[in-house]
Amino acid sequence: MRRIPWALLVLLAALLVPAAGSRFYTFLANDVIIWALFATSLNLLVGYTGLVSFGHAAYFGIGAYTTGILMKKAALPFVLAFPAAGVLAGALALLFGTFCVRLTRIYFAMLTLAFAQIVWAICFKWNEVTGGEQGMPEVPYPDLAWMGSLPVLRDLRTSDHFYLLTVLLVALCLWILHRIVRSPFGRMLTTIRENAERAEFIGVHVRRYELAAFVLAGAFAGLAGGLFGIFNRGVFPDFAYWTKSSEVLIMTLLGGMGTFWGPSVGALALILLNQQIVSYTEYWPFVLGIILVVLLFGFPGGLAGAAELLGRRLWRPRRA
Amino acid sequence: MLEVRELTKAFDGFVAVSRVSFDVPKGGVSAIIGPNGAGKTTLFNLITGHLRADAGRVVLNGRDVTGVPPHELCRIGVGRSFQRTNIFAKLTVYENVQAAFLSHRGRGWNVFASVRDLYRDETMSLLESLGLATRAGEIAGFLSHGAQKQLELGLALALEPDILLLDEPTAGMSATETRETIRLIDRVARDRGLTLLFTEHDMEVVFSIAQKVTVLHQGRVIADGSPAQVRADAEVRRVYLGERH
Repeated sequence: MRRIPWALLVLLAALLVPAAGSRFYTFLANDVIIWALFATSLNLLVGYTGLVSFGHAAYFGIGAYTTGILMKKAALPFVLAFPAAGVLAGALALLFGTFCVRLTRIYFAMLTLAFAQIVWAICFKWNEVTGGEQGMPEVPYPDLAWMGSLPVLRDLRTSDHFYLLTVLLVALCLWILHRIVRSPFGRMLTTIRENAERAEFIGVHVRRYELAAFVLAGAFAGLAGGLFGIFNRGVFPDFAYWTKSSEVLIMTLLGGMGTFWGPSVGALALILLNQQIVSYTEYWPFVLGIILVVLLFGFPGGLAGAAELLGRRLWRPRRA
Repeated sequence: MLEVRELTKAFDGFVAVSRVSFDVPKGGVSAIIGPNGAGKTTLFNLITGHLRADAGRVVLNGRDVTGVPPHELCRIGVGRSFQRTNIFAKLTVYENVQAAFLSHRGRGWNVFASVRDLYRDETMSLLESLGLATRAGEIAGFLSHGAQKQLELGLALALEPDILLLDEPTAGMSATETRETIRLIDRVARDRGLTLLFTEHDMEVVFSIAQKVTVLHQGRVIADGSPAQVRADAEVRRVYLGERH
């Protein structure tokens, strides 16, 4: 059977965006790509393990602050500051997750929210370290002089260089996440989602697996946050605020939590829609609400689920 | 093989299981019977660690396993099926049984291997013996009730148990399905030299395959012995068989 290497095509297309020369489109694409990683990390919990987190922004925020502080205040290079975002976010996910996985369903969700609000409050108030309410503007770009010395990339802006770096790093992270959900570990997570009681009785230590998923999801959210702080040229407490958590949850639902690529599609769709609709009306949340209602009732599998369904309808008759 | 001693469990003052003791001999087929509400499922949940007993002990092969959580219990040779069918509904038949193999053989923490073909042979041969091989690719939740029960048996068997606890294996089945399932269970148990303990409300099923029967009534054991002994027991006739005739 011949398969189209979609992932590679998308990666290639993403790498070519700066060639179009539009600063705006590169900016938009950069936004989408970072959010795609953030949403995919959440989907490891929501879509694969069946745990709904209302506080995923906490780890995004922690990652953003980690990279931001290390690069701006400690002047550490990006190669250290970026992984540190994943490590610290993962470590805090381990701490908070230990408590969260003791609870189930709505209680789990509320506890994730509570921890996220604590993180937000600390970022908001701890002036000496986080800059408090004012946030921490002017996070420097990583030193990408090596990119400027390459032949084709010489003429691009610094922001374009950072964009290319983002594409490669996010691609790497998504590849790892994809391996994870296709691994035996990933299969164990789906058995927990389907039926935690039964999973116990095929020998799955449910809590421990849930905690592992929580830590992985937190670490990758942290990496997304680390990139976002630089992209945004500053880190602010609202990165960890609950509205960010709901935004990423909406992306995941919109794109479809049943598939691996759904959340990325959701990130793309939500950011483009926002961009378009805001230019027509100031009632963006109203439009978003209607879109979500239609989606939840009409296409519970999200955009990716709907596309899959459509694809199957179109292809079946021809093959038969 | 399995010894249950003075097991007791109360819910808010209602005593569901009261000082229940019985033995399950190795290699045999034993049944627990009793009318609805007699405490059969509670007893099972106590044995398999889903519920914490108020008092009493469960001993497996000489080892005290009282209160050992399910995920550990199934590592030391206890398999179980549930009264209400309990499978992974949105996974395929193949993925269901494969997951049990992965977990039982300690591969669950492997993050980087591709899961697709791991234990394919084991999974397929087990599905073969259950008559489900041709349906391996189907979504488990769409199978008929009887086939789902068989799949659940597969989940339990993948753990290579020494003793298999089946909670009403034929619940909700038609007469034909019941007969087929019982034949299947009997054959599988024989092939694998399993010790079998099951609960059942259907007397015909019980007396057709069990070598030992324990009768529960209102949380207490009122009879324990061979099918013939139990059938002849005066109290059993009064509280149980009497209801049906």
